[in-house]
Amino acid sequence: MAQLRPSFPLIRIFFLFVLLPHSSLTTAQAIDVADWSALEQQARGQTVYFNAWGGEPRINSYLNWVAQALEQRFNITLQHVKVADTGETVSKIVAERTAGNDTNGSIDLLWVNGENFAALKENQLLFGPWAEEQPNFSLVNANRFPEMREDFTVPTDGLESPWTRSQLVFYHDSQWLIEPPQTIAAILDWSTSNPGEFTYPRPPAFLGSTFLKQAVLEISNKDPALFAPVTDDEFQRVTTALWDYLDALHPTLLRAGRYFPNSAAQLRRLMGDGEISLALAFNPNEALLSVRTGELPDSVRTYVLQGGTIGNVSFLAIPYNAQHKAGAMITANFLLSIEAQARASDPNHMGSTTVISIEDLDASARQQFDSVGTDLAAASPKELSRKLQEPHPSWTPALERAWIQRYSAR
Amino acid sequence: MLRWASHSLIFLLAAPILLGTLIASLPAFGYFPPLGSSEFSLEAWRELFEVPGLTRSILISLISGILTPLISLTLVFLYLASATGSKLDLWIRRLVSPLLSFPHAAAAFGLAFLIAPSGLLSRVISPGLTGWERPPDILIVNDTWGLSLLFGLVVKEVPFLLLMSLAALPQLQPRHRVEVARTLGYRPTIGWLKVIAPSLYPLVRLPVIAVIVFACATVDVALILGPTLPPTLSVRVLSWFNDPDLNLRFLAAAGALLQLGVSLTAIAIWLALEKLVGLFWRIWMAAGNRNTGEGLAFAIGRSAMPIMLMVIAGSLLALLTNAFSGSWRYPSALPSSWTIQHWANSLSDLSIPFFNTVLISVSSTLLALIVVVATLESERQSGKAKSTAMWLLYLPLLIPQLVFLFGIIVLTEFAGWQANLGLVIFGHLLFVLPYVFLSLSEAYRQLDPRWTQVASTLGASPLKSFWRIRIPLLLAPCLTAGAIGMAISISLFLPTQLLGAGRITTITTEAVALTSGASRNLISVWAIVQLSLPIVGFMMALFIPKFVWRNRSGMMDTR
Amino acid sequence: MSNSVLELNDVSISLGGKQLLEIDCRVGSGEILTVMGPSGSGKSSLLAYIAGFLAPVFESSGSVLVNGDDICSLAAERRRIGLLFQDPLLFPHLSVAGNLRFAMPRNAQHKSQAISEGLHDIGLAGFDNRDPGTLSGGQASRVALLRLLLCAPNAVLLDEPFSKLDTQLSEEIRALVFDKLRASGLPTILVTHDQADAERAGGQIHTLLSR
Repeated sequence: MAQLRPSFPLIRIFFLFVLLPHSSLTTAQAIDVADWSALEQQARGQTVYFNAWGGEPRINSYLNWVAQALEQRFNITLQHVKVADTGETVSKIVAERTAGNDTNGSIDLLWVNGENFAALKENQLLFGPWAEEQPNFSLVNANRFPEMREDFTVPTDGLESPWTRSQLVFYHDSQWLIEPPQTIAAILDWSTSNPGEFTYPRPPAFLGSTFLKQAVLEISNKDPALFAPVTDDEFQRVTTALWDYLDALHPTLLRAGRYFPNSAAQLRRLMGDGEISLALAFNPNEALLSVRTGELPDSVRTYVLQGGTIGNVSFLAIPYNAQHKAGAMITANFLLSIEAQARASDPNHMGSTTVISIEDLDASARQQFDSVGTDLAAASPKELSRKLQEPHPSWTPALERAWIQRYSAR
Repeated sequence: MLRWASHSLIFLLAAPILLGTLIASLPAFGYFPPLGSSEFSLEAWRELFEVPGLTRSILISLISGILTPLISLTLVFLYLASATGSKLDLWIRRLVSPLLSFPHAAAAFGLAFLIAPSGLLSRVISPGLTGWERPPDILIVNDTWGLSLLFGLVVKEVPFLLLMSLAALPQLQPRHRVEVARTLGYRPTIGWLKVIAPSLYPLVRLPVIAVIVFACATVDVALILGPTLPPTLSVRVLSWFNDPDLNLRFLAAAGALLQLGVSLTAIAIWLALEKLVGLFWRIWMAAGNRNTGEGLAFAIGRSAMPIMLMVIAGSLLALLTNAFSGSWRYPSALPSSWTIQHWANSLSDLSIPFFNTVLISVSSTLLALIVVVATLESERQSGKAKSTAMWLLYLPLLIPQLVFLFGIIVLTEFAGWQANLGLVIFGHLLFVLPYVFLSLSEAYRQLDPRWTQVASTLGASPLKSFWRIRIPLLLAPCLTAGAIGMAISISLFLPTQLLGAGRITTITTEAVALTSGASRNLISVWAIVQLSLPIVGFMMALFIPKFVWRNRSGMMDTR
Repeated sequence: MSNSVLELNDVSISLGGKQLLEIDCRVGSGEILTVMGPSGSGKSSLLAYIAGFLAPVFESSGSVLVNGDDICSLAAERRRIGLLFQDPLLFPHLSVAGNLRFAMPRNAQHKSQAISEGLHDIGLAGFDNRDPGTLSGGQASRVALLRLLLCAPNAVLLDEPFSKLDTQLSEEIRALVFDKLRASGLPTILVTHDQADAERAGGQIHTLLSR
């Protein structure tokens, strides 16, 4: 079927199988994912290079704690390789593949989801399956929460292990805005009468793309075409209304839409400076965390749009050529443990949302996850339960490209 | 022996760049087996020219490539014309080298934090002068036509060009010439412009070209200050390289070649401009007017540097306040609370990058110094002026980093090399070399040849006179060149990031990783650490000679 | 006390095809040959040729013999020819003693003693650890001379060494230099445009014609 991408796909995959020397799924070191205790033994003394976004100091400090714990308990040295963009990691794996480096990869574990995962999976650049063999995998109750086995509608096939949850939330400064708009349409109305008070990050920044997806989901009323691979015709049909919306919205935004921040953090800064009164984030606890550090004033409130917002899970994957696969798996399993997940969800440490199914835990374990409490700056769990599913990953790059096409040369 | 060694060294250094460029450009024409394409095709170019806003991106890159050196050079020349010998000049000369060491990323951040609508400047004048309770909705930083970018680049390049000019001036005997002009009735500033500028320009032409290429192809500064809709060409190429959609690799390669083309075009336009200006200059020189324009030239020349210094000081202040501020709501001019929490939080994260930064910069600079000194010495001994191999030294400055770095990575992968410190140091060496050469060559060549003659009449072999006479006499210029080299290495981002596979972290790579997500406070902390390192280098370059030669008044001449 | 003899046999120096100078003479032990001529007549290039650092752009021919050995094939540092420039050119980064020590052959005995004695001899006793930058013009010239002598050369070249000194000082220094050189028995070539220098030298005078 026709796709928006340039037309090499089938030939490409054929060549990949024929031209490249060895299949990447068997590795030099014998890895038996079923024998977990043997893996633990193998992992001892290994150094695991974990490529993860380095732009958030809270995450960095949390990973320092993880490194210490891994050192003490499993004799694994964790190296957090800070990347500005997961795409860089993908580039690196591709470069290694180009040069025929199939066993000495420089990356052992990476934090990934969405189109990055899709690209890696499609090009057979991942090791596995391994994720469901982890002792801690049962904690996520994948039967009840199918999103643990699928990444933007693409099946994970055990190639990646869940790590954190995210959900799109909006937050506003109640000093300047008391009754925030509750739907995408309402945002346009409000922004028109209050120009310069809102903006969103520029796609292809993750948060910006998410805003587009949220908008198109609401405007098209969750059109089913969005959950299937994108085609030219469907794309045209579904997004016409979206572009009309954005054409009307942009002139009312901050800087009249001639400038967009390029990340969630910059957006947050704009609110902290009082430039805007409405913003969005992908971590439900982001506003809360920022109020605690003084970055945002305590008049900030988080909320979820009435019709629900997009939520997803982000994962950990292992490249096909990783040198320390055993260590990587032990690390991923540890990050999935109750202890690590509880600490991660604590706003004092990382402030993320856990992937573990809390209701299935016993009372004492459940308590460890109660650190957010009823902080005004956070959205309530009830609000957060209003979730929308992510569209098929092929829609993300399509939307991004179209946005860039229309709006990057004003 | 010496000459052969230094020539082969230069070829060894230039080869990876040329090879890398070649390998990286293959995908531009469709050749990239891992993605299944091994036939020549122009598909990538077709795609490239359909990219929206490409013309604007190219234009902005081109315009910054030409306006930056134009404005910077004009300011430098006007300054030299109006202020040489004055008290202001003494101060500026002392500050030039340290100013140069302000890494461009840190400088860009500081500037952004200064002039933004919610920046330091705006806070200071609000609400008092402006009545603003919330920041004004004006597009300053990241403006559509790249004016902030231009501003940031000019602030960065003026010290560089000034340093290069100061190094080249002494051989022109500026004081004598201007005096002669004055006795012929010319006002001093006009006189300088008519008798010195035409001779000085050819001596700084190469640094100017380096400025053109940098301004055209910079990624760091453009990311921070440059326009976003659309971004400059180099920023777009980087984003295509990093895009998870692997098909964009072809586009990126084509874009990189385009960037190379744009840089070369900018250089060509500049050279044409040069001829044109040269023509008018000659007419002006012969026309004989001695007074017109003196006042204006003098005013601009004298005020340019102080204004620049104030801007830099303001940027530094913006970084400092942000690094120590607790809660700081607009429009307060100063933070309402101060804290060292940001520093405490960063301390443990700083240690390894700090160590790596020092190790890499010292190693690459030492190696560069050895190569440069060997080259200069062999040139001196062979008696030949300049050989063509020298041009290879400047390759890293003339080809966009992105282009050949990607190719080098593929090369190292083929060789089975893992990312390691040695590779990163080599990558840094490539960039440090031209700057060390540019900064040391004049002093080296200008050293009175009679010193070595005296030494040889006293029976000293060339080796003995080199180590015991030449090197000690050139200690101060060598240290300064070393300080500049270290400053360059410290500010490098792409080479460390790509050649080190992200495993080797330096202050700069960490700081840039924080850009996409961190608070102003944290970025300021890292920016300050980043810029304080070169300052240490320059302090050493300044004070070590003073200490070593403390009892030698003959060594204390103003350099 | 040396009895070296310096001979210039048909030495000719040209630049771009035009002959600058030609000279053929013999300077005996303790004698001073004065070469005179206006500026541009190639006087300094003669000295450069003898000392071994004539720029390749010049064409030269003829031989320079020291005690019968042709030194033209030797590298400059092997020729054992001392040279005094217009400026004393004391190495500014070495002390007075350091400058003197630099000149002495590696295997010389009792260097410090020789240095102290030498300094005493030229009236600068105790100047061993002085910074050359603090010396007056006359003092520096004397140290330069001592440095040259301590090197134990076979012949000496003087390139207008008194021209930058004022009249009284140059009298003094000139007397010192000539006395020492005669006493040491070294053949000397003095290049100058100053008539007084030539008279005081008291030896042969070779005048170059300007072209």
